[in-house]
Amino acid sequence: MASLRLLLAKPWIWSFIGALLVWLATITFTGGYGGGGMITAALSLAVFTVIVGVGQMFVITLGPGNVDLSLPANIGLASAVAMKVMDGNDSMIAVGLLAALACGMAIGAANYLLIWALRIPPIIATLSASFIIQSIDISYGRGLQIKPPPGFASFTNWQILGIPVLAILTVLFSIGAAIALQRMIYGRSVLAIGQNIRAAWLAGVNVGRIRFLTYTLSGALGGLDGALLAGYFRGANVDIGNEYLLASIAVVVIGGTSVAGGKANVPGVWGAALFLVLLLTMLNTFGVSAGVRLLLTGLIIVGVITAAGGQTALR
Amino acid sequence: MPNADIVRLDGAEKHSGAANMDIIRLDGAEKHFGAVRALAGVDFHVGSGECVGLVGHNGAGKSTLMHMVAGTLIPESGQIAVRSRVEDNYSVPRAQQLGIRCVFQELSLCPNLSVAENTRINHPALRGLGWRRKAADLITAKLDEIFPDHSISAADIASDLSIGKRQMVEVARAFTVTQDPLELVILDEPTSSLDAHTAGQLLAFVRRFVAGGKSCILISHVLGEVLGNADRIVVMRDGKVVASDAAKAFDRDRLVTTMGGAEAREKIAAEIAIQKPETGPLRVRARPARQQDGNELVAHAGEIIGLAGLAGHGQTDLLLAIFAAAAARAKTGIEVTAPVALVAGDRQSDGIFPQWSIAQNIGIRSLARLRNGLLISPQREAELADFWQKKIGIRTPDMNNNIFSLSGGNQQKVLFARALGSDAKIVLMDDPMRGVDIGTKLEVYDLVREEAGRGRTFLWYTTETEELDNCHHIYVFKNGRIVAKLGRDELTEEKIIQSSFGDAA
Repeated sequence: MASLRLLLAKPWIWSFIGALLVWLATITFTGGYGGGGMITAALSLAVFTVIVGVGQMFVITLGPGNVDLSLPANIGLASAVAMKVMDGNDSMIAVGLLAALACGMAIGAANYLLIWALRIPPIIATLSASFIIQSIDISYGRGLQIKPPPGFASFTNWQILGIPVLAILTVLFSIGAAIALQRMIYGRSVLAIGQNIRAAWLAGVNVGRIRFLTYTLSGALGGLDGALLAGYFRGANVDIGNEYLLASIAVVVIGGTSVAGGKANVPGVWGAALFLVLLLTMLNTFGVSAGVRLLLTGLIIVGVITAAGGQTALR
Repeated sequence: MPNADIVRLDGAEKHSGAANMDIIRLDGAEKHFGAVRALAGVDFHVGSGECVGLVGHNGAGKSTLMHMVAGTLIPESGQIAVRSRVEDNYSVPRAQQLGIRCVFQELSLCPNLSVAENTRINHPALRGLGWRRKAADLITAKLDEIFPDHSISAADIASDLSIGKRQMVEVARAFTVTQDPLELVILDEPTSSLDAHTAGQLLAFVRRFVAGGKSCILISHVLGEVLGNADRIVVMRDGKVVASDAAKAFDRDRLVTTMGGAEAREKIAAEIAIQKPETGPLRVRARPARQQDGNELVAHAGEIIGLAGLAGHGQTDLLLAIFAAAAARAKTGIEVTAPVALVAGDRQSDGIFPQWSIAQNIGIRSLARLRNGLLISPQREAELADFWQKKIGIRTPDMNNNIFSLSGGNQQKVLFARALGSDAKIVLMDDPMRGVDIGTKLEVYDLVREEAGRGRTFLWYTTETEELDNCHHIYVFKNGRIVAKLGRDELTEEKIIQSSFGDAA
């Protein structure tokens, strides 16, 4: 009983409960048909949201105003870079992945440079950066429809006993991120900055370096995500990352990370990503139109932020 | 109602005259926070034309009691009567209506609003075109009345003001009147961020206010202020009122004894005769940015250096410049030869991490040392916290509780533990004793002297002249410059005030 209460006190548990309820509702509707396949599909798709969601989580945790709006453009450019470098050649997979990572890191570093040197609020800096990135992507990837190397495409779709390998790797990555957040100096510093940036500086935290690292990390994860998406969807595309603007922020918030900064958790990102993907599947199964689907997604995010806001007010 | 209080309050009854003159009366007020009993059946009253001094250690229940008077907390049992009328649905708006105002210890101006806009918040009657002008006139008039030569403009944004000026605005705002009457003002540590000069202005105003038939509750850890300005003094300990008597019946020693912690006072008197330490290696050499002559601050290992003068005359700026110089690798003209830690005075904006436990708040400055390999070891973090809990006496059942479960003075101890538990050889203290009770202060003074004896250097900005007794040298600041350097033996309050107002060093 006590352990159950402890579990219910975790801010991330609600996203998993939500995901479970949506899944149950769907298989009740289909009469139990396709339940397992639905989980496999959800895991495969959730991976991409989780990767950028974790990056976004660290950025948002830096405190009010911190958000990375350049992720969609970043994903788009990195997907093109990865595909161009791999050039359909299996032996170039590792090099292509590294190129995508480097591209993402450069974007993240450039974001922080704008924020730091020009003192622009992060929301404006990353948004304007995303326009520049998008323009580069359009001129760089013009008319480009390079297919991923066959080995890379099958890797992104590889499953063992119905569980996508990519999902397993992402779980391992998430565990690493959770440890970094709670047990490493980097994570503690991010949490401190998010609560009170001035107090963090006065307590000896190297505020500039930590913020730089965080934006670079978010950029790197965006780059990696771009390469993986291009593999999974068989080709790069300028618009491939579009849905991850809202999704990356939504999973952070639904997962129980505080929008006000200073309080974060990694499991919630997973729960929320599964919840969003399953919700989409459910609405599709019910035959709801695209407009209603978007409407419901928006309402749910508003609802969660309202509920979470009530919690912080109690403190 | 309980008849016991009549016996105990007899001295007070005589003083304030008939009981029906009471502005407010609480009978048997009780309050718990979780397992902590904050108030254990307290009887308390304030007569009209009376200034009641309220003293007690941190966590004695003073703030809880005042929150009840102000209507922000409702007692679990007991009753509240205003002007002998029992109030069943007492609340903040009701208290406002009845003319009860308060200035709480945690400064509460909206940082993003101007002084005039902050004033408007308390006065819904200021509306229509030109409300900003009206609010500005209202607050400026009151500031002029309480603090002549205050140099605060009603258009100043609150966050741009120093903590001392914010406190002045907050106090003045509580005394402004539009539609609601003004009967009783609660001043919770009103002078904690004020220097001796402005504190004197405020207290003189309080006396005029009380002489005009209004009432005031004065909470202060500076016992001299309470003894000199209150008509009656109420002493609290462990959630109870342990004494209530005319101020004349108390002296400093009796107050300290009643509060508990009597032995400490003699000890400081004995130990303050500190010997000049051997001059150790140079730790800090700094010159304020606006210094034009050759004066500079020099500190060696093992020295306690005081930064004195009126509040906000560049002491904090110099401390921050030294801190920044230690953090930056670039040459800045300030010489700092060892790691630095800072003890913030403005706890909420410069010190506390509100989401974290007490232990995490202590550990943040020492993360590198708490590591075991790449990861922070929870065990080492707990050890550090436990060590300092014992050493500095942080009052909590569990160091994993949230930092806000502590009273203000105990939060301040956490900030001391953070700095003293770190590897810093130089500790900068930015008037860290605001709102801290005398028992805690004496403990921390001992600790500072002990640590200095081990070779640590302290740079100590304080607005309380008494604290300078602990220092080896004192630099007096005026308008961002060092105007005098005093040795221990030359130190007197007159000398400091003289230097603070004088033109030349």
